[in-house]
Amino acid sequence: MSMPTYLGLPAFPEAAATALGNAQLRRNLAHATTTIRVKRAAAVAELADWQQLRAAGKAIKDHTLAHLDTYLARLEERVTDAGGHVHWARDAAEANGIVAALVHAAGADSVVKVKSMTTQETGLNEALAAEHITALETDLAELIVQLGHDQPSHILVPAIHRNRTEIRDIFLAEMADVPSGLTDAPAELAAAARTHLRRAFLSAKVGVSGANFAIADTGTLVVVESEGNGRMCLTLPETLISVVGIEKVLPSWRDLEVFLALLPRSSTAERMNPYTSTWTGVRPGDGPRDFHLVLLDNGRTDALADTIGRQALRCIRCSACLNVCPVYERVGGHAYGSPYPGPIGAIITPQLRGVTSPLDASLPYASTLCGACYEVCPVAINIPEALVHLRAEVVDAQRSSPHAERIVMGLAAWVLRSGRRLGLVQRAASASRVLLGRSGRIRRLPPPLNAWTKTRDAPAPPPESFRAWWARTHGGAQ
Amino acid sequence: MRIALFITCLTDTLFPDTGKAITSLLERLGHEVAFPAGQACCGQMHFNSGYRRETVPMVRGFARAFGGFDAIVTPSASCAAMVREYHPAVAAQAGDAGLAREVGEIAPRVHEVSGLLVNVLGVVDVGAYFPYRVAYHPSCHSLRMLRVGDAPLRLLRAVRGLDLVDLPGAEECCGFGGTFAIKNAGTSAAMCADKVAAVRGSGAQVLCSCDNSCLMHIGGTLTRQRADVTVRHLAEILASAS
Repeated sequence: MSMPTYLGLPAFPEAAATALGNAQLRRNLAHATTTIRVKRAAAVAELADWQQLRAAGKAIKDHTLAHLDTYLARLEERVTDAGGHVHWARDAAEANGIVAALVHAAGADSVVKVKSMTTQETGLNEALAAEHITALETDLAELIVQLGHDQPSHILVPAIHRNRTEIRDIFLAEMADVPSGLTDAPAELAAAARTHLRRAFLSAKVGVSGANFAIADTGTLVVVESEGNGRMCLTLPETLISVVGIEKVLPSWRDLEVFLALLPRSSTAERMNPYTSTWTGVRPGDGPRDFHLVLLDNGRTDALADTIGRQALRCIRCSACLNVCPVYERVGGHAYGSPYPGPIGAIITPQLRGVTSPLDASLPYASTLCGACYEVCPVAINIPEALVHLRAEVVDAQRSSPHAERIVMGLAAWVLRSGRRLGLVQRAASASRVLLGRSGRIRRLPPPLNAWTKTRDAPAPPPESFRAWWARTHGGAQ
Repeated sequence: MRIALFITCLTDTLFPDTGKAITSLLERLGHEVAFPAGQACCGQMHFNSGYRRETVPMVRGFARAFGGFDAIVTPSASCAAMVREYHPAVAAQAGDAGLAREVGEIAPRVHEVSGLLVNVLGVVDVGAYFPYRVAYHPSCHSLRMLRVGDAPLRLLRAVRGLDLVDLPGAEECCGFGGTFAIKNAGTSAAMCADKVAAVRGSGAQVLCSCDNSCLMHIGGTLTRQRADVTVRHLAEILASAS
């Protein structure tokens, strides 16, 4: 089974245009994000010390990131002591190669997967397919996405863009053991997926997961989930392989407590999520006999070196920022061209992949800088600040080549740093108002400003600017 | 008090009535308004669009124009936020210690209109009369960067004759976002369409805000739709008297 890759996707504005034209998608997204937004606000309001928890989450992550070398080495030592094996992967290809080799060594040609952002980032399923290994997604929404030859469009709710009729059609077309006469009743759909997955859980030799947290002190991995499919994958197969970004490490269990309060309320608006699985190495007679931890860099060390961009590494993948983002609500997740959509994706993806492709260079601009994301972020990532910082990287990367926008902005900067020059431009604008419209409104402007006047009138310049009025009435300069 | 007016390039060029309103309002309250003629732009558009290098001379020009004033008022919450939040960062990044010191002194003295009135001058009732149904759009930067809180609403509630109506989804962005409105015009327009629908459904005759940039965006969509709602900067309503 193949999935489309993210290579060669259009820049954000073009991809957004497709989504904006889909009225059903916009209704689905508006309904889903508005509902979860209201629920999250209520769940957070229950805790009087939410802002202190948030500050603690930020401080713990910042401390850990500042001492990442220490905590990663400790994690490796403790996982090894507990009978696990630790592998280090510089990039996606290395991580995928390690996993494929381990699956081959286990004598398997298929794996069951826990929902994992990290293995989406590395394109593990496609890499395994090239090695003739089948990867089965067991999270219900991920299964819908996989069967539909689709891409996830939300961090937490990957199939948020699908309604239940579409899901039934996908099951009927793609699920080998689908019950005949399946309707779009949610209970029937869930039962069909359950039957389909149960067989795979019981026969799988290898499970693949990510992890929400990795505790350095004890070498313990943590997965937080809602459906219980994750626990099946983590406990039934003989071999368990966990692919985890290096930023997921926490020093101790005391630190975990803070995040187990922050994460469920921010993501699903629950006080506690239904399943929290923790495991430490291997234990005879219980769970996997062979445990492998693949620690992934894939651009994270570069992000860590960036004093403003590094705050993105605090992210705990809760998706609260997606749910409050007015841009995400209008265009959905696919336009971001990455497993990480929404505001957090707009600052993570350009840091992990660079800003050389038109898509990646457009992501930092996919925001009005309204700040709603920063306000809800449980680890206080100042996303607007990071977006502006990455925009500067995009502009600086393009400075060596001629660029129409830069010429215009350079000219504007020359005018706008001088009161005298601005005054001259204003006088010219006021003189031109006879051409622009007597109504005080301009209905049509030339490119690129026609992007404005397509749906909005523009104000015509007034007969005199404020500064001209002041000079006339208050006697000139001070 | 002698208060310097930072008019902002947008309001100076396109919405001079807002500047006249601030002048008459503050003079009516017994203050002296100064207009440093050397002022131009705070650099927000360039900074937010990634033109960091181009922003530095604008920050320098701002410091030259406004150094020495105890209080600086501006009709734009987002420009005030630019000065307060980012001028020190721009100066630091430029490696200019003298400029960093200057903007460090100036930045905390820059206030958006409602913040100046309520928090600095301690006035809530400015003696205004405005007999219309008004909805208030809290601009994102007034709400989440400057954190003006309910200062604008308190001022509006004290205006005689004014009927303040509820605006559903008030805290949602209108979709302007500076160059976002051009670069991502489709998404921007979709956001504004929802904002305008809320405004039209509120029954307001006038939409009010602390930022002319949002009002230019929402107002431009309102007139395109031939809606019977006009837009007014907060200062213009507060300056109205019978």
